[in-house]
Order: sequence, then C-alpha cells, then structure tokens
Amino acid sequence: MNRRIERYRNILDFALSSLLRRKGKNLSLLGMYTVIVFFIASLVFFIQALKREAALVLDGAPDLVVQRLVAGRDDPIPVAYGYKISAIRGVSEVKPRFWGYYYDPVTRANFTLVASGDDPPGRESIYLGSGVARLMHLNAGNYLSLRGAKGASQVFSVQKILASNSELVAADLIQIREDDFRTLFDFPAGRATDLAVSVRNKVEVPTVAAKIAHEFPDTRPILKSEMLRTYASVFDWRGGMVIVLLFVAVLSFVILAWDKATGLSAEERKEIGILKSIGWETGDVLILKSFEGMVISLTAYLAGVCLAYLHVFFFSAPFFEQALKGWSVLYPQFKLAPFVDPYLLCVLFFLTVCPYTVSTIVPSWLAATVDPDTAMRS
Amino acid sequence: MIELIEASKTFNAGQANQFIAVDKVSCRISRGGLTVLKGPSGSGKTTLLTLIGCMARPTSGRILLHGVGKVCLPGLAVEDTVEITSLPERFLTTIRRRMFGFIFQHFNLVRGITVLENVMLPAYPTGAPVAEVRLRALELLETLGVSRHAASRVERLSGGEMQRIAIARALVNDPLLIIADEPTAHLDSRLSEEFMELVAGFKGAGKSVLIASHDPIVYGAAQADAVIEMRDGRITGCGTHP
Repeated sequence: MNRRIERYRNILDFALSSLLRRKGKNLSLLGMYTVIVFFIASLVFFIQALKREAALVLDGAPDLVVQRLVAGRDDPIPVAYGYKISAIRGVSEVKPRFWGYYYDPVTRANFTLVASGDDPPGRESIYLGSGVARLMHLNAGNYLSLRGAKGASQVFSVQKILASNSELVAADLIQIREDDFRTLFDFPAGRATDLAVSVRNKVEVPTVAAKIAHEFPDTRPILKSEMLRTYASVFDWRGGMVIVLLFVAVLSFVILAWDKATGLSAEERKEIGILKSIGWETGDVLILKSFEGMVISLTAYLAGVCLAYLHVFFFSAPFFEQALKGWSVLYPQFKLAPFVDPYLLCVLFFLTVCPYTVSTIVPSWLAATVDPDTAMRS
Repeated sequence: MIELIEASKTFNAGQANQFIAVDKVSCRISRGGLTVLKGPSGSGKTTLLTLIGCMARPTSGRILLHGVGKVCLPGLAVEDTVEITSLPERFLTTIRRRMFGFIFQHFNLVRGITVLENVMLPAYPTGAPVAEVRLRALELLETLGVSRHAASRVERLSGGEMQRIAIARALVNDPLLIIADEPTAHLDSRLSEEFMELVAGFKGAGKSVLIASHDPIVYGAAQADAVIEMRDGRITGCGTHP
C-alpha cells in the first residue's frame, strides 16, 4: 500500500517538475484557462445572486395582485372590487395600489411612481430610489419638478432617499402620496392601479385566485409564484445573452486547449519513449500526463472561481453589471450578498477540468503504447 | 542467462520496403560476463539489443531468460525460465525494469531536469521511498565521480559526463544485465578507456554487460568474455576474441 502511494507521489513530483520545464507554454495555457473559468464562474455567481436577491425582495410582495383588463389591456381597477374580494373566505387583506411610469425627457429615464406603502411621504413630498437620486444629483431636502398629465409642472420636496438594500428592484422608484399621484396623472377617482390581496393559508392562493377570476371576469389575478418565475426568467434570459457570447469564447478556448494538449511535441514523444525504455509502464506514463493535466486544469479552476468570487461579491461585477442588471440608464449600485450553489460549482468543475484532463491523456496514451525501442533509435 | 533461438525481426513486413534487421539469430549470453556485439552500421546490433532488452518483440523465434524467474516476475522460482517472446506488455515492462539497465548511444537523458532527477527516474514507478532512491542515486554519482553535478541541468554537461549520468541511471534499479548501445561513439579514446574500466567494475560487482559496438577499444578489450560478430542481420562469427 505504501509503495503504491509512494509511486503516485514520485510520479506527481515528476509531473510538477515536467510542468516547470515548459513554463512558457504551461503558464500561457494556465492564464487563458483561468480567464475562461473566471468569466463563466462570474456569470454563474452573478445570475444566482441576482435571482436570490430578487426572491428576497419579492418575499414581501403580496400573495396575489389583481389587475383589471379592458380589451386585453390593463385598466385602473375599481376600488370597490376590493370590498367584495375581501369577503372571499381565506382572504385576510385587500389593499389598493397606485403606481405608474414617468418618463423624464431630460435624463431619458423611466421612473416608477408608487403611491402605496405604510409610511407615505408628506404632502407634496416624495421618497426617491437611490438610482433616481444619483442620476438627478438630488439629496433629501432638494426639490424635484414633475410634469403632470395636464401639462402643468408639480414641484415635490425630496423627503428621503430609499435604502439601497433593495436597490436592484427599487433603483428607479419614486414614492409619492396617493392624492398627489391622482393629481399628477389625473387618475380617475374610485380606481386603483391594482389590488394587493393577502391570503391566510398560502396553499389556498390558487383557489382564491380562481374564485376572483370567476367572480370578476374582467380581472386577472397574478400569483406571487408567477412574479418570482417572471423575475427568474428575465434574469435567466439576460444571463443567456452573455452565455451565448461566452460560448464563443469557450469554444475558442477548447480549440486552443485541444491543440495545445493533443499536439505532443517531438520532444514529448521522445521523452515518453525514454520513460518506457527505462522501465515505466504505459499506465505510469498515463498517470504522469493525467497529473500534468489535472494540475493545470485544477489550478485554473480554483484560481478562476476565487477570482470570480472576488469580482462578483467584492467588486460588484464591473464586467457584467451594465449588461445584466437592467436596460435603463438607472443602473443599480449595490453589493450582492455572497451566495454559491455547490451544484453549479460541480457542474463547472466537470465542464472545465475533465475535458482538458482527458484531452491530455489521449495523445499520451497513443504515444505510450508504441514500442519503446524508438528511444533507442532517436 | 539469455538464449535466442532463431530470433528474427522484420520491419514493414509484407510491404515493398520490407527490411529484415535480424535474421534467425541463435546465441547464448552467459551470466556475469561482458558480451560484445560487433559489426558495422546496419548489421542489426541495435535491433538485437532491443529484442533482448524487451523493448521490441521478435517477428519470429524465441527469447528465453534462464535462471532469473524470481527476479523477472513475482511468483516464479529462481531456476524458472521465462520466455519473453509472447509476454504481455506489462510483464515485459516489469522484466525491463528489474533485469536491465540501458545506456543509449545518445544517452537519452531528459532535458530540463537535474542530473539527480534523471538518475532517479527509473525508480519512480517502483514505489521505492524517494529518500532511499535519492541516497542510492547520490552514491552512484559519487562512485562515477560526477556527484558535483547532481543539481545541474543535464544539457550543461560534457559528453563524457552525460555518459556517466546515463550509466548511473542504468544502475539505479540494481539490474542484473547492463545493455549499452555504442557507448563510446561520442567519446574520445581516453574517455572510451575510462568507460571500459567502469565496465570491468560492473563485472567485478557480478553484473552482466552486453555492448553493441564497432569500436576496437570495446570489442578488443581484455574484459570482453565473448564477441559476437554480426553482418546483415546474421551472426557471422563468435568467440572470446575476434
């Protein structure tokens, strides 16, 4: 048993020594490999952290949102619907919500105006999302002028800047009082944008939704799980775009790695012949080449993953954030909470380490099965 | 110790460029002596060495190793005979590692690593503790007078020094038979004489030596116990001295 361990140790020693002999080739390969792993791992970390972030933010969302549809389009919903919905068994609370979009031609940005909330601002005052505040260079105590639906401008005092822990979803948010909202948008009385419905037993949410849809055929109940799914698919889709680009990079790398790994030089072939002629078995040569491949790929994997972790969770992924966090000019600025999915790390490991290791073994195996007398004649 | 019975080696068999390198060679190589294969270039000496050294298989004929069964393969008795002609590759490798030490014409040292590592290389897959192998390698380098180069890269050494490193490497697994192919081809007369003195030392230590050479310093040496003369793949003469 000890001899077997010693054998592996000796061959590993020689593998490390062999790698050092071809510093230039191996370092360039290691660098390239690390960069690819870094990009893929960054992307995986980023998407996972974003999805988790969105899930955390939506955790406080209502169980159901009821919208009214007219000719298949959203229309303000009568607040009176809420009284009837609250009478459905299992419904604990119904709250009308007021929200809409405001396009600012100066900054060319769309803001989300919201008029619900337990802590509304004072009259003719607003709360600003940190993205809006940053874009418009506003602080608490400053004033913001918004152009109303009838063409008149309304001036609001900035009461506070919203905390940045929910910046991903709330970067473009402006929170406003309900009466100011109605005045600004000339919103019809007795109507709300939608209704937020809370249900006591979460298992009953689909049943309650079905009852609402039955009782109010002109409405569309949206489940919280559907909202979470939509967010997840949006992040997946954005990630998918970068994955397509990365695929091209990975493919280039695979071609390069294959070329480097499979193309045994005449010197390497001769060395395999020498090793066999002095008593190395074909299996010993394969172990040697596997160790060489594993050292390169494992080092690149670990370095790439560690760098990706730093890139995403300590430096907020500067390479990706503009492509992935949103399309508007209001790019959120916040630190993602570190979150690593071991399953994805394993997938990444098998996609990067295994193919390279195998690609180094095959040509060595072909070379090592040749009679060693070629070494005698070289 | 080694017996060849009508051993032949044909390259590119059945093709237009078919070439018979060794043609029905039968001979015996005795234990504890120096046997020299003498002949011009292309006479089949090197091919015969590769057949005896388990580096290639004969196309036809048999090669037998007498009285070394225990050394060759586990489970055999000392007096057992092993026919290497039909053995699978992994058994051939075991025999090659345990029985033979090779000194190549061009030394075939691995460039880029140290002299000490080169000498230790054949022992790595045996699973011997690295400290033990290192000590043995250093002792061999000391015996051969090149221990000062232990930490040097092999490509920085002279031809004579490289040959001594190749000898040390051939001896590190303590083989029964040392096989050398044209060992003096790249040495001047003085170094060739020194090499033959080393060979005398091997004989004194109980090792068998088989050398292929067309250098008179080798085949004319007093240490040669048998000289086998070859031409065109056949044995044309045999004796203690040509």
